[in-house]
Amino acid sequence: MKRSMSDRLSILADAAKYDASCASSGTDKRNARKAGGLGSAGGGGICHAYAPDGRCISLLKILLTNFCVYDCAYCINRSSSNVERARFSVEDVVWLTLEFYRRNYIEGLFLSSGIIRSSDYTMEQLVRVARELRLTHRFGGYIHLKTIPDASPGLIEEAGLYADRLSINVEMPTEQGLAQYAPQKEAAGIRQAMGDVRGLIDAGRDRSHGGRRPPRFAPGGQSTQMIVGADAASDRDVLTSATRLYNGYRLRRVYYSAFSPIPDASALLPVRPPPLVREHRLYQADWMVRFYGFAADEITAAIPDGMLSLDLDPKLAWALANRALFPLDLNTASREMLLRVPGLGPKAVQALLAARQHRTIRVEDLTRLNVSVRKVRPFVSARGWSPTKLADRHDLGTLFAPKPQQMSLL
Amino acid sequence: MTRFRARVSADGDSACWRTLARRALRAGIAPERLDWIEDGKDDDLFPVDAPWPEEDPARAPVLSRAALTLIETALCHSDPVRHDLAYRLVWRLQDEAGLLAVSTDADVARLRRMAQAVRRDSHKMTAFVRFREQPGCNGRRRFCAWFEPDHHILRRVAPFFANRFTDMDWLIATPRGSIAWDGETLDVRSGAFTRPELADDLDQLWRTYYGATFNPARVKIQAMKSEMPRKYWRNLPETNDIPALLAGADARVRRMAAQQAAPAPAFHHSLRKRLPRVPEDRD
Repeated sequence: MKRSMSDRLSILADAAKYDASCASSGTDKRNARKAGGLGSAGGGGICHAYAPDGRCISLLKILLTNFCVYDCAYCINRSSSNVERARFSVEDVVWLTLEFYRRNYIEGLFLSSGIIRSSDYTMEQLVRVARELRLTHRFGGYIHLKTIPDASPGLIEEAGLYADRLSINVEMPTEQGLAQYAPQKEAAGIRQAMGDVRGLIDAGRDRSHGGRRPPRFAPGGQSTQMIVGADAASDRDVLTSATRLYNGYRLRRVYYSAFSPIPDASALLPVRPPPLVREHRLYQADWMVRFYGFAADEITAAIPDGMLSLDLDPKLAWALANRALFPLDLNTASREMLLRVPGLGPKAVQALLAARQHRTIRVEDLTRLNVSVRKVRPFVSARGWSPTKLADRHDLGTLFAPKPQQMSLL
Repeated sequence: MTRFRARVSADGDSACWRTLARRALRAGIAPERLDWIEDGKDDDLFPVDAPWPEEDPARAPVLSRAALTLIETALCHSDPVRHDLAYRLVWRLQDEAGLLAVSTDADVARLRRMAQAVRRDSHKMTAFVRFREQPGCNGRRRFCAWFEPDHHILRRVAPFFANRFTDMDWLIATPRGSIAWDGETLDVRSGAFTRPELADDLDQLWRTYYGATFNPARVKIQAMKSEMPRKYWRNLPETNDIPALLAGADARVRRMAAQQAAPAPAFHHSLRKRLPRVPEDRD
């Protein structure tokens, strides 16, 4: 008997949720009032709801099917798992996307799939959904498609014409990890596919000699995800790998997904999940590299085992390890150095630089910039304020460490 | 010292404020001598408004585009001090041209915070409006929504909805007014609506999705609430399920942990026979 739409949705959303990406920002501007049809895109991205796991719900994130010929240990949909299986038709996904969109539940669609029959067959199905949405229904909302490794270049090229974003997951921070957990996937093949997509994206941005623009290819860029805490890779390994991915394939985002217990787990997996705070620390470190001007190896330089502290955020940990550089004078320090002060973000730094051209800054002024004076005070000086030299305090770590808590028994 | 009065509409429309602010600057009325009074918020202490001084044609008030944009945004705030604050800032800007860059100044900081609150409210409206389908006519589909904004943002957000939901008719009703679209005209009106009872069959499917995409192994209630505050919940169909999802989360995680690796399904074994690259069965 065929499953109901509600059952299929339940199974295929459950199967898709371990993909962390939900971005709907940073693509070309589109607008149905100008172009006709339904939908718009190109703004800052909108999160239409939040689940009790704290994650934003921006896109309808589903699989076309959770049948899969692969047997990757970390994946809920691996062929040896006993999860319930279901399959959407292309028409199902098109209908769901449009009806959800009309009610303003979502920004668009994030469609992925288990691999059935062959890579090309699966990719063809994904492309058909996007083609139907764009050409038949003139849908202008956001589309994120997963690209299937080994799919033929023609299909990837067509996918990029309709999709705002393409992604392939590298899955594991290291090649050894991938070989151990996903023996049927090849790191080289995944890298090759990301390199091809980068080439197509770059080509879509270049004008020809005649000034003509080629058709845009995935204007929202490409992203990837790696699972953290399933294998032995350290945070240093993860960050090094991410930096290589950002630089080598010019990715918009690398997502870190703390390995989460899944139903009917494979015996290869660790029994306990890593603390969620580890994932959080990795994102903070990722931010430091992308927005604060840190190099990835600086962040873990002072840490012997390469694991970020779970108690302190990595920017604070870096400042404590380099305390000789502080305090910085708020009225004279450079932008680059101010960005390294724990508690100062890019917006606050920008506002400080603008304000100090007109006024002398006092520490109290920071509250008006929505900065926590308590956090920042030990690291800065200003008119009327100079902190105790940090280097002089040996109890420094305890000033910042969280209060001791009862540990969980399990 | 004579005090003067400026009367402005209460719905976040900046045109009236601009006209009066320009006149007051030309008349040289210092901000501490000018009371801004919203329509309907009159007190009867001084029933007769003092006439304003003559305008001085030699005074030419200046305001940069950036300052105007910031002020117009902040004027959508519902705080009744907004007109006064905006006028004081414009008054000061005439002598201190770089003032807007001084985010540490009390007036600038407050105006920026108000503008920020207006932008956030507008953003949340684009996120949390839920259209419910109504019987259509003339072949066009028709939807209704109810939303409760904190500030006077209807004019700001109306184009977003028209640019997106172009091929359907819709009405968004709020306690501060309404926005309507019929495929040609975008109609923004003030005047309070009362909350209607709206329903849509699709809501149930959306709630199914909401429950299925939630990962019970990572409960982060604070993160959810800071982005989706409680005040929005009563108009979001999916939030009805939050208590049940949270109550069942622990049990679901325990069930996952207890689940023994059962024998693989039959198709797994037949797949392995077909795919030469798969290494020997590890089970």
